[in-house]
Amino acid sequence: MVEWTDSERAIITSIFSNLDYEEIGRKSLCRCLIVYPWTQRYFGGFGNLYNAETILCNPLIAAHGTKILHGLDRALKNMDDIKSTYAELSLLHSDKLHVDPDNFRLLADCLTVVIAAKMGPAFTVDTQVAWQKFLSVVVSALGRQYH
Amino acid sequence: MSLTPKDKATVKLFWGRMSGKAELIGADALSRMLAVYPQTKTYFSHWKSLSPGSPDVKKHGKTIMMGIGDAVTKMDDLERGLLTLSELHAFKLRVDPTNFKLLSLNILVVMAIMFPDDFTPMAHLAVDKFLCALALALSEKYR
Repeated sequence: MVEWTDSERAIITSIFSNLDYEEIGRKSLCRCLIVYPWTQRYFGGFGNLYNAETILCNPLIAAHGTKILHGLDRALKNMDDIKSTYAELSLLHSDKLHVDPDNFRLLADCLTVVIAAKMGPAFTVDTQVAWQKFLSVVVSALGRQYH
Repeated sequence: MSLTPKDKATVKLFWGRMSGKAELIGADALSRMLAVYPQTKTYFSHWKSLSPGSPDVKKHGKTIMMGIGDAVTKMDDLERGLLTLSELHAFKLRVDPTNFKLLSLNILVVMAIMFPDDFTPMAHLAVDKFLCALALALSEKYR
């Protein structure tokens, strides 16, 4: 089981409470699809992904970004057992969506960059440590049920 | 994943804006890497202190940024330009090349903080490609 200090919980809760899920979700997913174009393989049914401009304007991608943030919100609300909380989601990504789990790390890195840009200097070293710890637990849980 | 002329221009532009604060940026990126990925501390067991403000971290952050700045001027042939540095990392420092990615991410984070509006996805792409190419050139002499 993952141990969280009070400080880590406070930091992560604070980050989420100041987050616009739609804005950050959209920006993070778009950034992932642009910086790591091979991730577009999973979004064949999402309309026009021709270039950075069309990706940034794509409403289906924006909606999916929001969905991802709401998924992270579930992890936030169940920080003491993210593994079980995400068991079904992990199976979904493995068996139905067939997503290479390495891609979770790529999206996580884009999320980190977007949040760093949003928070600026408030994204201190301690904040980044807690945030990336949270994301690494999420990424691990999402890959847990692959078989 | 080679650098397009546009990628090179983007990297040069950002580097121009960063070179004046190289020491600060390098120290910040290095501090973040050491904190977020504690395994990287294993390469610095000879330092007195690994905390963010420490003289060793500041000095090494500057060294790294000078190296990257040099690489920016040699973007057209990184392998040749970074030959000596590659030999240093391969035969003396023997840093596991997977760690280059970890530092790269933290350089990107520092850039996002410094340039929240200008560090667009396209800029991120260009810089990430450059840092990947740099890491590849650095590990050229490993085996």
